[in-house]
Amino acid sequence: MRRIAKDERTRIRLTLNGRARSAETEPRTLLSDFLRYSLGATGTHVGCEHGVCGCCTVLLDGTAVRSCLTLAVQAEGRDVRTVESLAAPDGALNALQQAFQNHHALQCGFCTPGILMSFTDYLKRNPKPSEADIRDVLSGHLCRCTGYAGIVSALLEAANRIESR
Amino acid sequence: MPPLVGTPIRRKEDPALLSGRGRYADDLPTPAGTLHGHVIRSPHPHADIVRIDARDALAKDGVWAVITGQDLRKISDPFLVALKTPVHQWSLAVDRVRYVGEPVALVVAESRYLAEDAAELVRIEYRPLDAVIDAQAARVPTAPILHPEAKTNEISVRRFSYGDTKSAFARADARVALRTTFPRLSFTPMECYVVVAQYNSAEGSYDVLANFQGPFSTHPVMARALRVGGPKLRLRIPPDSGGSFGIKLSVFPYVVLIALAARITGRPVKWVEDRAEHLLAASSGPNRITEIEAAVTRDGRILALRLDQLEDYGAFLRAPMPGPLYRMHGAITGAYDIANVDVINRVVLTNKMPASLIRGFGGPQLYMALERLVQRIAIELDLDHLDVIRRNLVPAQKMPYRAAAGALYDSGDYPRAVATTTDSGRLDDLKRRRDAARANGRKYGIGFAAVVEPAMSNMGYLSTLLTAEARDRAGPKNGAVSMVTVNIDPLGAVSVTADVTVQGQGHETVLAQIVADQLGLRPEDINVVLEMDTAKDQWSIAAGTYSCRFTPGTAVAAHLAASRMAEKLKGIGAKQLNILPEDVELAQGKIRSRSNPDNAAPFGRIAGTSHWSPVMLPEGMAPALSETALWTPPELEPPTRDDRINTSLTYGFVFDMCGVEIDPLTYQVRVDRYVSMHDAGRILNPMIADGQMRGAFAQGIAAALYEEFSYSDEGAFLSGTFADYLIPTVNEIPPVEMLHQETPSPLTPLGAKGLAEGNCMSVPACIANAIADALGVADVRIPATPRRIHALMEGSGR
Repeated sequence: MRRIAKDERTRIRLTLNGRARSAETEPRTLLSDFLRYSLGATGTHVGCEHGVCGCCTVLLDGTAVRSCLTLAVQAEGRDVRTVESLAAPDGALNALQQAFQNHHALQCGFCTPGILMSFTDYLKRNPKPSEADIRDVLSGHLCRCTGYAGIVSALLEAANRIESR
Repeated sequence: MPPLVGTPIRRKEDPALLSGRGRYADDLPTPAGTLHGHVIRSPHPHADIVRIDARDALAKDGVWAVITGQDLRKISDPFLVALKTPVHQWSLAVDRVRYVGEPVALVVAESRYLAEDAAELVRIEYRPLDAVIDAQAARVPTAPILHPEAKTNEISVRRFSYGDTKSAFARADARVALRTTFPRLSFTPMECYVVVAQYNSAEGSYDVLANFQGPFSTHPVMARALRVGGPKLRLRIPPDSGGSFGIKLSVFPYVVLIALAARITGRPVKWVEDRAEHLLAASSGPNRITEIEAAVTRDGRILALRLDQLEDYGAFLRAPMPGPLYRMHGAITGAYDIANVDVINRVVLTNKMPASLIRGFGGPQLYMALERLVQRIAIELDLDHLDVIRRNLVPAQKMPYRAAAGALYDSGDYPRAVATTTDSGRLDDLKRRRDAARANGRKYGIGFAAVVEPAMSNMGYLSTLLTAEARDRAGPKNGAVSMVTVNIDPLGAVSVTADVTVQGQGHETVLAQIVADQLGLRPEDINVVLEMDTAKDQWSIAAGTYSCRFTPGTAVAAHLAASRMAEKLKGIGAKQLNILPEDVELAQGKIRSRSNPDNAAPFGRIAGTSHWSPVMLPEGMAPALSETALWTPPELEPPTRDDRINTSLTYGFVFDMCGVEIDPLTYQVRVDRYVSMHDAGRILNPMIADGQMRGAFAQGIAAALYEEFSYSDEGAFLSGTFADYLIPTVNEIPPVEMLHQETPSPLTPLGAKGLAEGNCMSVPACIANAIADALGVADVRIPATPRRIHALMEGSGR
């Protein structure tokens, strides 16, 4: 395992949304800060910095993780996907994103990227979730605007659409 | 073409927000060389600051400054407040700290991580003082005084009397009295505060980006604190904001703090609040204790009310406080036709974080008292709760109705709304559920709440706090201005700016609907730009997004601006198409003859005329490039000599009905069924309206059952993480059946009223009533946590 001294600045290399990226940082830098401030991927939001709210959720090698509870060095050499990866290059929304717009599943949009990334992972592992399954996963995210009803409807629609393809 | 207003079109905001392309304050580029601030906060609820030693911190590489209250005192002034008392707050504590979390020093360094490291090297010596946390205890003469110059913690007491309450009480068959409390809580937007400030020493001016929400009456407060004229404080508000719910008004002390830090360091400075700071010190709704008493007839008719409201604003009163105590003032009799009411309003300070704006803004506190009282009247007179409500509702034929304390209820049919809610078997179903549960020995109760929901505040409402003589001296305050500008570019493309701040409500979409309707275009043809720049955009002190002012205010201004632009374009079109102006219509992206639609030109061609060919405009017409409409409804009159005040422009109605069951093992309150009826006049976009109501409902549930800022008796803060301060997740929000009734407002051209706060006001009272019904108790406190329910059941021997 590579050893890095506490105060040493070091270059972290990873794949972000399919592209090789790197930047110098301190070993204590959070993945959320690294993505936002070093790599400019500001779509990932930070809501609590203690792993409760879920805003900062990204995919690390395909698995949803809290980027505020992950150090940037832990992502070295790994595949990171953020909300910026979801839409097509021409901006067309994917089925999950489109379902959120259809069901008014977002208001301020701050918590939304984390929810989208959690369910990008979850719907791949469980393409036929029940409403109870969806609620169980969604309970790992806080949303203050919507009261969640639109989000549940959107996730049910997205699951149906993705499944029927 | 059918109008777009009133249809549930999807939001224009969404594609960017769903793709990580939002532009929130912390996402925007910062000037080269920006430094980063970290706030050091008080660990004590009350203490003198003896010494601040920053030498070790300043010796650290990359640390530019450690700024203290003494530094700021030399170059800034305390914040202005409506109430003239010797309670002075700067953006950092000066000499004394008065709550846990109060900013004491600001470390400025080349990165946030460095600033936090350096903060650990700052040594601050405190001399602890006795603290007072409880609002009642703070009024006792022997209580520790927070602001010695004020000589008391109870810094304002105002008595109001409307009608003849005394003789109503004398002739009443009975009196029913109750004490209610409303706790401290916040609705904690998911995005915390962000400020980026620059100082231009050549001009002596500040340029600040902040996710401030308004009201812009706070702009002069910030400018005065900075000792500059308004134009020297350029405040920019980003295009996106991660929620607000009132809370982001309270970024304003930090706007001043970071602006001063930019001046002191000579560098741009950025500060991003973290969640721990936010929970500890950002903002809280005020807690209130209400003694309420009704004079009633034998059949439950309320002849008069007396309210003694004690509201706790924490360590400082800051603008526009004590708003929650006065925002509902004109409507203090709620949905009921009560001619006589006496009110005592008390403002008290304690060693807790300062209270400020929060969605509902005084409504939840008032209705917890009033609606609980109505339930108690039913119990004490052995009447049906719903009958007592119905007997006292303002009758439809009395609309528009002037309430005792001055509110002008513009329209509504409250009895019909109640009937619709209870009909169609809904109430019967609730009763069946209750009876079945009770038959099995379970605790089940039914609650109701009737709520009048004000929208768009009268800028004069807070001056009711002052006596008529003091108001005369201070100068008249009333009304509320809304402003929207519709612009046309050289190719006829339309853009709109408005005096609101974005928080996620979907204003971009609704403004596009309104403007597109007037111009015969599609919503996607209207570019709505809502980021704000106080140096260049239209704004008044009423600007911002708060107290549901968008629908009765800004939306109306948009309608007026767009319809004026349409009239001008019709004049230009008439000349170019060689027809009479009366025959011109704007439809389907064309400007055309109504009688001969083939005689038409594309909208853009005629709309661009004022750029290319202003000389060819119809005689006497100013170029149709930009139309700014100002909307100032005359009904928002100043307080009368006898303190009657029409606190808001429109008044919607909410009626809630619910059934709750208490879990016999966990004492958890389970909401079994919830029905909520709204009458908010005409609905501009039903999808967005529904989202606002559901959001308010969730926050109502949060207040009723989960969220509370708690302090130990000594003043320690006990709810500093999201593990202690419980925000409902999806599984804590019960289903709600939303019902609608539309009684248009006669006072706004669109007929629409505010609707985004009603459920914050109704839900806590409705659930408290249901719990009272389930347990047969009078004293229900929220949040009704299992621990509190358990204590109630033990106390009542169950």
